[in-house]
Amino acid sequence: MQADVRLAEQAFAPEAEVARFRTAHGDAGGVVSFVGQVRAGDDVEALELTHYAPLTLPGMQALAASTATRWALAGLLMVHRVGVLAPGEPIVLVAAAARHRRDAFAAADYAMDHLKSEAWFWKRECRAGQWYWIEPRAQDIADLARWG
Amino acid sequence: MARLVFLGKLADLAGRANYDAWSSSGELDWADVLAILEDHLNSALADAVTESRVRVALNGAVLADKAALVLQNGDELAFLPPVSGG
Repeated sequence: MQADVRLAEQAFAPEAEVARFRTAHGDAGGVVSFVGQVRAGDDVEALELTHYAPLTLPGMQALAASTATRWALAGLLMVHRVGVLAPGEPIVLVAAAARHRRDAFAAADYAMDHLKSEAWFWKRECRAGQWYWIEPRAQDIADLARWG
Repeated sequence: MARLVFLGKLADLAGRANYDAWSSSGELDWADVLAILEDHLNSALADAVTESRVRVALNGAVLADKAALVLQNGDELAFLPPVSGG
């Protein structure tokens, strides 16, 4: 299984990434992708993600490896932004390619739940010119429990 | 000298992203680190890092028991508050 795991310092184009990924895994019967983006329409003016280089990417690579051991995948793609993002910008892309669709759905779901609650990112959002740190969400912890 | 790195809101509390801690003996234990935070940065930071939800990483490895750590010259100790939800 090929895993492509990256941090993006600049805006990226999820559609182009998925197209390239799908082409690279033409032998897979299905590709499932998820894109998380900065909500527009709230009063959030910007979102900033900080990471810690010695932990963040190695942690994402370990997550990709554990995802690959649970489902039969042809490929797995994870791209996560760091830096300052504007509303509407993509934050994270996870795509899983598999011979059969259920493996791809489950792998993308599992990878996202773990990225949300365990990956080493700290987020703060700017509202009315003030920055506020985002605390852990109970729902994200509860989501993890689904996977045993 | 060991480098202390503050992530997330701990960087706000510290007023900086990192601090180089010096020890005459060349070693620092957890009590030494807390004393340095209190004396050279601020006591709210020293209190915050003792919270159980704040993890620490020594040279890129998250420690199971931060109170047992010993820093040597050249080490990097990162203070990791709980990661944000989305």
